[in-house]
Amino acid sequence: MAPLLEIKDLKTHFATDDGMLRAVDGVDITLNKGETLCVVGESGCGKTVTAMSVLKLIPMPPGRIVQGQILFEGRDLVPLSSHELDDIRAKDIGFIFQEPMTSLNPVLTVGEQVAESLRRHEGLSNKDALARTVEMFKLVQIPNAEARVHDYPHQFSGGMRQRVMIAMALACKPKLVIADEPTTALDVTIQAQILDLLQDMKERFGMAVMLITHAMGVVAETAQRVVVMYAGKVVEEADVDSLFESPRHPYTQGLIRSIPRIDLASEHKTRLEAIGGTVPILINPAPGCRFAPRCRYAFGRCAEEEPLLREVAPGHRMACHLGEKQGVAP
Amino acid sequence: MRQYILRRLLIAVPSLLGISLVLFTVLALAPGDPFAELATNPNVPPEVAMALRAKFGLDDPVYVRYLRWLAAMTQGDWGFSFVSRMNVDTLILQRLPTTLYVIGSAQLLALLIAIPVGVYAATRPYSIFDQIANTLAFIGFSLPTFFTGLLFILIFSITLDWLPFVYSSDIKATGIRWLFEHIRQAIMPVMVLGLFQAASMTRFVRSAMLDVIRLDYVTTARAKGLGQPRVIVKHAMRNAMIPVVTLVALQMPAVFGGAIVTEQIFRIPGIGSLLISSILSNDTPVVMAVTFVFACLVVLFNLIADILYGWLDPRISFR
Repeated sequence: MAPLLEIKDLKTHFATDDGMLRAVDGVDITLNKGETLCVVGESGCGKTVTAMSVLKLIPMPPGRIVQGQILFEGRDLVPLSSHELDDIRAKDIGFIFQEPMTSLNPVLTVGEQVAESLRRHEGLSNKDALARTVEMFKLVQIPNAEARVHDYPHQFSGGMRQRVMIAMALACKPKLVIADEPTTALDVTIQAQILDLLQDMKERFGMAVMLITHAMGVVAETAQRVVVMYAGKVVEEADVDSLFESPRHPYTQGLIRSIPRIDLASEHKTRLEAIGGTVPILINPAPGCRFAPRCRYAFGRCAEEEPLLREVAPGHRMACHLGEKQGVAP
Repeated sequence: MRQYILRRLLIAVPSLLGISLVLFTVLALAPGDPFAELATNPNVPPEVAMALRAKFGLDDPVYVRYLRWLAAMTQGDWGFSFVSRMNVDTLILQRLPTTLYVIGSAQLLALLIAIPVGVYAATRPYSIFDQIANTLAFIGFSLPTFFTGLLFILIFSITLDWLPFVYSSDIKATGIRWLFEHIRQAIMPVMVLGLFQAASMTRFVRSAMLDVIRLDYVTTARAKGLGQPRVIVKHAMRNAMIPVVTLVALQMPAVFGGAIVTEQIFRIPGIGSLLISSILSNDTPVVMAVTFVFACLVVLFNLIADILYGWLDPRISFR
């Protein structure tokens, strides 16, 4: 089966006063129809830029896709103009943004903001578009939908706004929904509701979901496959079970160890582990592995040679020099 | 909504009272009054001048005179112009339409230039178009209207002889010809005032747009595939116009000030030139009334701005 979305060697760079910022530097991601793929990593590792690059939503200039292909159903989106992409945006690929507080236009009613997409892509009349919007609002469980479509964003809570965003992203029944940290700005109980809702919608519409997050807990609950990104590169890719059972890359291991575990903490009174240091600034990055300065296993070769993604088990790929000879990960 | 406007109008009453009090006091402190000339006129005996002053109540304390003025004003008696020999309200009503016509057209011209140019420049920051627009805007608001006014007269009236440089309120023509002449003589003053306003407004519209265009909801709109024109006009511009409305309203006093100068240059018989001539001839009732009319107009424009605000931004409710 041909993949729905195939990102090949994508490089998105930003021109800054200090030089070229390599926010995304050679990323390969494959997403099949109906699949949920999680992209995880710390803030600033290029997850959002990768996602935004798919629909060219990054500010250009200063941003630019300098290399790579983004194949959606076999068609490369990179050479398309913004105008040509407009037919794919929302229609085939829906987008849910991180900040429900700022992602809705404050001067338009929420109903209008969903309906305008339906009018644009489905050619519906004002009346039909509004009726479909009410329907969508009911699907995402916004109470009193008929009345609330006429309200403005400031009359909604954060969780309700994110429901509006989901209704907006799903209105045209896209084949792929990219959700960029959809729960980060919400409080924990609402987070769970929104994730459930996304899962529910996915089952109902049969779409593929690319979920970007930095919360490993969210990954464990929702993903089928996981891509771990670090400093603009993919460092590990596996299905969710093997990733949590046998993480191979030291960065992934660190991420998993940094999940607070209520069962372990009570027994052993252990300190929660953290990965020391921060993500490097991606202007003129040093050669070699980008994680090496923070890696507890780093050795001579790590600073000189960049590790390439290689298959360590069926469907499980990672980019690390460790265990290359032995064929096993540490 | 109606209640809101009513309440705003009621709030305007004390502020207008305050303004009139300040104006009256300042004018009372200023040297000279309509009878100053009588005192130096050798044909008028000092006793007669004194008697006249007493008769008109000019020797009374300031507050008595103010209350007297206020009482007359509220009854529709705006006073009598000693120079023009007519009632002040008639005089102002004669002059006001000309001023409003010129200022209104200039503001309209300024908005018609500033909004499209500013918005387009913001969508392509640092492009050639943006650079040219910025440079022209910079030149535009660096040049004072009395300079550009004279320059325009020199070029279009004296050298090219296309446009008249003296504004005439009674054009001896009828029908379409009358209208044509009215437009023709207004071109230069409207251009001078309008371009000056457009220059600063363009820069303001551009920066307001630049602020909005980077916001998340504009990206959301882009992600919906609405197309650049729709995203800009429907999603970005409407938000960017909110601060622009404030600026336009707050600039109204400056616009009236600029109009006074421009009216002098082009000899437009508006209330600006009426103000200047009555100050020069010590015609206190007219000065008082004209400055008060300016104050009323400024208050009115602020009210209009507040109403526009609520219309543009649903987060503001009229309570």
